[in-house]
Amino acid sequence: MDIRDLEALSWDLRQQTLDIIMAGGGGHIGGDMSLMNALLVLYENHLNITPATVNDPERDRFVLSKGHSMEAYYAVLCHKGFLDLRDVTERFSQFGSPYIGHPNNKLPGIEMNSGSLGHGLPVCVGMALAGKRSGKRYRVYTVMGDGELAEGSVWEGAMAAGHYGLDNLCAVVDRNRLQISGTTEEVMGHEPLAERFAAFGWNVLDVNGDSIAELDRAFAKAKETGGKPTVILSNTTKGYGSPLMENKAGWHHHLPSREEYEQIKADFAKGKEAARNGK
Amino acid sequence: MANKIPNRQAICEALMAHAETDPELFVLCSDSRGSASLAPFAERFPEQFVEVGIAEQNLVGIAAGLAACGKKAFVASPACFLSTRSYEQAKVDCAYSNTNVKLIGISGGVSYGALGMSHHSAQDIAAMSALPNMRVYLPSDRHQTKRLVEALLADEKPAYLRVGRNPVEDIYSEAACPFEMDRAVWLKGKGQQVKAALIACGEMVRPALEAANRLEGEGVAASVLDMYCVKPLDREAVIEAAKSADVVVTVEEHSVYGGLGSMVAQVVGEHCPRRVKCLALPDAPVITGTSPEVFAHYGLTGEGIACTVKELIK
Repeated sequence: MDIRDLEALSWDLRQQTLDIIMAGGGGHIGGDMSLMNALLVLYENHLNITPATVNDPERDRFVLSKGHSMEAYYAVLCHKGFLDLRDVTERFSQFGSPYIGHPNNKLPGIEMNSGSLGHGLPVCVGMALAGKRSGKRYRVYTVMGDGELAEGSVWEGAMAAGHYGLDNLCAVVDRNRLQISGTTEEVMGHEPLAERFAAFGWNVLDVNGDSIAELDRAFAKAKETGGKPTVILSNTTKGYGSPLMENKAGWHHHLPSREEYEQIKADFAKGKEAARNGK
Repeated sequence: MANKIPNRQAICEALMAHAETDPELFVLCSDSRGSASLAPFAERFPEQFVEVGIAEQNLVGIAAGLAACGKKAFVASPACFLSTRSYEQAKVDCAYSNTNVKLIGISGGVSYGALGMSHHSAQDIAAMSALPNMRVYLPSDRHQTKRLVEALLADEKPAYLRVGRNPVEDIYSEAACPFEMDRAVWLKGKGQQVKAALIACGEMVRPALEAANRLEGEGVAASVLDMYCVKPLDREAVIEAAKSADVVVTVEEHSVYGGLGSMVAQVVGEHCPRRVKCLALPDAPVITGTSPEVFAHYGLTGEGIACTVKELIK
C-alpha cells in the first residue's frame, strides 16, 4: 500500500484501538499509539502472513514482545481479516473472552503468547534459526518496548542472534522513551543504544518511527542486509496522535474519560485529514 | 554396581537413534553437552544441535521458537538451573504457548553432592508441576528412560524430565520394561493386601524396592509403585495401592513440600484416607556428601525406608 494511504489508514486504526480500549475498560494506550505505525507498515507492506497462510511453513513470523500493546495489535489483526473488529470490541477484557490484554496464540494469526517482557527476542532467535537450518526463506520480526530492554534475556537473545548471524531476523525497538515510572533514561538508561546493539553484532537503523515512510524504508533495508540481524530503533512518541496523551507517562495504561475520548477522537480526525492532504 | 550407563547417556542414545530418520529433532544445550552426555549427538548431528552458552532463559526461549516452527526441541541443562533460571520461559514460552519443548533436567536432585545447595534441585517437581500444561517425569532406570524419551518424541506437548548424574542399578531390562505413558508401574504386590504401599519416583524406586524385599524377608508385606509420571499422576494406581494397604509411604529425591508425597497425599486424602508418610529431603540445605551418603543420612535407603515402615505399622 502506498505511503499516503497507509498514513490515512493509520488514523482509522488508532480510532479503532481507542474504541477497543473504551469498551474493555482500559488499555495500554500510550504504547499502542507509539507502536501503531510499525505494526501497520509490517502487516501491510512486509509480512507475507494472511488469514489463508497462518499455518504455511513459509510464512513470515511476527512476535509481539511488548505484549501489552495488544489493543493496537487487535486493530491491525482485525484490519487484515484475522479477527472480527466488532467481536473484539464487544468482548475485549470481558468475562470468558479470548481477547485478553496480551497476545493469545489460540487466536488466528498470533504465533506466541507474551506479556512478560524479554521473551520475544529469544523466541524469534529460535524461529530464525529454524528457518536457516531448514533452508526456508521466511523472515522473523519482533517488536520490543524500550523499557523492556532492561530485561537481561533481551541481551542473551541479542548475543545469540549476532553469534549465529541471523540476517532473517529483524527486531524493532519502540523507542518512545517513557515507561511507567518516568523516562527510560531516568529509570534505567539505555544510551548509547545504537552502539550497544552494534557491539552485539547487529545492523542498526535509527529512524523516526512516527514516520510511516521512514519505517517502510527501514524494513526494506533490513531485508537487504546479509550476515547479521537488524534492529530498527524506531524513535516514536508515546501516545502519538493527540496532544492530550503525547509524552505523558500517566497514559501508559489508561481509560480516557468521555471528554478525553471526544478530544482524542477529534485529534485523530484532524490527523487523518492532514494525511489525506499530504501534510 | 553392574550398570555403568547413566540415564543421561540413555537419553542421548534414544535421541541419536531418532535423529537418524527425523531432521526435525533439535537438541539444545547451555554449555552442558558434556554433562548431559550429548557431545556425541552434537558431533553426529551438528545441524540439529544448538549451543546457546550459559544463558538458560535464552536456551528455553530459543527452544520454544524452534518448536513454534515445527521442530521437536529437546533442551538439556542442569536441573538446578533449568528449573529456576528459565522458569518463566518454561511457563510462558513452553507451557502457556503450548510449544513442543522437552526440558531435560540433568544431574537432578542432589547429584552434584558436595557442590552445595546452588547445584541441588530439590524444588523442580514442585515448580514444574504447578505450571498448567507442564508434565513432569522422573524415570527410575536407563531402560525406562529410553522408553520415556521415545514416548516424548512421539507427542507434541511440553514436558519436564529429570534424571540424575550417576548410573543407577537397573530396575528393568531391555527385554522386560513394561511401559505405558502416564501409567505407574507395579513392581510388587499388585492385587495383594499389604501392610504398606511404597510409592517412589526416579532414583528412589530402587531403595523402595529393596525396602519391600527386606520387609518381605521379615514377614511384612509391602507393595511398590514406580510413579515415574509425577504429573499427570497415575491417580488410579495411587488409589488402588492405598486401598490395599494400611499405610502409604512415598519416597523422593526432592523437598518434602510440593513433590510426589504432597501429590499422593492429596489423592489418598480425598479418595481413601490412610496414614501417609512422605520420605524426602528436608526443608533445609542438605548435608554435604555424595548422593549415597546424603540418601543414607536422610533415611532414603532400603534399610532406612524399611525402618520407617516398621515404625509406622507398630
